[in-house]
Amino acid sequence: MNNRVYSITFGGIGGQGILKASEICSWAALFAGYHVKKSEVHGMSQRGGSVESHVRFGQRVYSPLVPVGGADVLLCFHPEELPRLQAFLKKEGADLSGYVEKATQAMADNPRGLNTCMVGVLSTRLPIQEEHWMKAIETVFKGKGVEENKKVFLDGRRLGQS
Amino acid sequence: MVKANTANQALLSGNEALAYGAYEAGLSVACAYPGTPSTEVLETLAQFPEVDAQWSVNEKVAFEVALGAAISGARSLFACKHVGLNVAMDPLMTASYTGILAGFVVVVADDPGMHSSQNEQDTRWVALYSKLPMLEPASPAEAKEFVQEAFKISERYDTPVLLRMTTRVSHTKENVVLKERQVPPRPAFERNIPKYVMVPGNAYQRHILVEKRLQQLQTLSEKSRFNRIEKGSGKIGFITSGVAYQYVKESFPDASYLKLGMTYPFCDDKIKAFAKTVKKVVVVEELDPFIEDHVKALGVKVAAKDRSFRIGELAPELIPALVAGEAKQEIKAVKRKPRLCPECPHWATFAALKKLDLYVAGDIGCYTLACLPPMSALHSCICMGAGVTLSEGWHKGAPGKKIVGVLGDSTFVHSGITGLVNAAYNKAKGVILILDNSTTAMTGGQQHPATGLTIRNEPTKKLILEDLCRACGVDHVDVVDPKNLEEFRTILEKRVNENALSVIISRHPCKLLRR
Ligand SMILES: Cc1ncc(C[n+]2csc(CCOP(=O)(O)OP(=O)(O)O)c2C)c(N)n1
Ligand code: SF4
Repeated sequence: MNNRVYSITFGGIGGQGILKASEICSWAALFAGYHVKKSEVHGMSQRGGSVESHVRFGQRVYSPLVPVGGADVLLCFHPEELPRLQAFLKKEGADLSGYVEKATQAMADNPRGLNTCMVGVLSTRLPIQEEHWMKAIETVFKGKGVEENKKVFLDGRRLGQS
Repeated sequence: MVKANTANQALLSGNEALAYGAYEAGLSVACAYPGTPSTEVLETLAQFPEVDAQWSVNEKVAFEVALGAAISGARSLFACKHVGLNVAMDPLMTASYTGILAGFVVVVADDPGMHSSQNEQDTRWVALYSKLPMLEPASPAEAKEFVQEAFKISERYDTPVLLRMTTRVSHTKENVVLKERQVPPRPAFERNIPKYVMVPGNAYQRHILVEKRLQQLQTLSEKSRFNRIEKGSGKIGFITSGVAYQYVKESFPDASYLKLGMTYPFCDDKIKAFAKTVKKVVVVEELDPFIEDHVKALGVKVAAKDRSFRIGELAPELIPALVAGEAKQEIKAVKRKPRLCPECPHWATFAALKKLDLYVAGDIGCYTLACLPPMSALHSCICMGAGVTLSEGWHKGAPGKKIVGVLGDSTFVHSGITGLVNAAYNKAKGVILILDNSTTAMTGGQQHPATGLTIRNEPTKKLILEDLCRACGVDHVDVVDPKNLEEFRTILEKRVNENALSVIISRHPCKLLRR
């Protein structure tokens, strides 16, 4: 394993499942043997405010925050948040917002699965094996949510590969 | 509870890691009042059946119950947000004199950047003021390690130990290794009048011991592995602590570091020795110049940050400018503000207040958002409980104006009751509105005495707010559902125009209530 640190910025507004998405990603990186730091701001329980979460993993991670211009991947769930969050993206970084619409269409009958579907897309951009993503989903979800989310994740993964 | 993988690794937030660390160290009593970013410490501890965990009525109460447990032999912990420690300052200052019997850790979480707070106070000064040792973890893994050491220091030096967190440490998640719980033998509780009765003569003797303890703690600080030197190129040496360390380390991986984990008392000799090994010393810290002032007082020449960096939280991209001594460039990114949930009962209450064009002495909770336009129907928010007392003051300063005091149910129980007794006793007139949504919503929906459920959601004695208000000496107590708009407005209008002291309990459950 080299010393490279991978940085992902997640963003959107409250209620879109952003923290769940970054949670799956963090556990997957942990299962893959990386040192992980995930940062998020929560607090006020009211709906609708900006939500942002950063995940970084590598052999050794210091800052829990992705520096401006330091994200390898940006996953933004809300168009109004995009201009602000794009500042985090590296020049050569991947902005996956283009997939949100496709994923929304694919998830038309299960809109709550959008975040997991987008994690599936994200998984195709990161050096983490499928088995670790599966284990992460088993850790983060309970009961029948596990199988549902695995299926949705794999749909997203196919979307990301196409 | 968090699931661990085969290697006993879990992904824990700083608050969770701290709780697991305390649990493993044999913690048996934990008390807190909720407050972002500290709330999850108690929520996590409440999941362990071996820990006697409680939501206390307020921080002063929480501190005292935990202190009492520590003085009588149980390893104990108190947790609060920065402003919560203000409420507990009275017992804290004298607990420094009495010391403890079993370990006592005071967790305080600062909120640089005010993600969810009414000010940006830097609690490190409390260590100086109270003469208590302070540990400052820079990551969740450190939070777990430091809390365990804090219990040892507490018992070895007979002192409460401050553990200072910040939002970024509390709410960052990281790989943490879980271990077995080990409970140390419980020391026997004995009466000890010279140690625990702080009448002037006894307190004088204890103060002498406090000063001695501070010297011993300084020796500890000099040799503590928590104050760590990392040798680098020697061109530049950073003295830093907390999450600031993580940010600088990322920008200047080859520099030398003195990373302070025990931030009070300072390791003066180590600081001076470190300064000699580098060409230039730079202090990097969030908020106030706490380390900077001390290092300067030691006669060490340091490059310090521009004053503009005393405001707001640091971020990795700000470090180069900070180190160069430049002023902070404010990035004007507009974030969406949270709003009251669409179905929130507070909407109805404030619509009525707005219609009557009242001056509203407000307080802290979800309902504070009623200050935002277009509602703009809440006109002060200073500290918990002040909805009651400030309105009493407003009546004095602006007689004839139509004034009401407003506060939430949790806030009323926290520190509104004393204000209400004061108003009745001093013959004040006016209207106090208690917004009873049956929860502490702002911080995520915690129980409190008037919900009738404990931190573990077990039924308990329920505080009946209307009975309590009557007992305080209020002339009229009405209980109304604000969603019955007409009825609510009629009662409000009637009470506002009367020459009496009244309480209106505006009762309707929060829409996000967890059951
Ligand atoms: C001394 C102090 N402790 C804790 C907090 C954090 N805090 C802010 S508002 C609040 C309680 C809000 O509950 P409530 O009054 O019932 O209003 P709601 O949010 O439910 O509308 C808390 C715990 C604080 N600001 N100050
Ligand atoms: S969380 Fe509850 S009290 Fe807060 S805004 Fe939403 S409905 Fe209102």
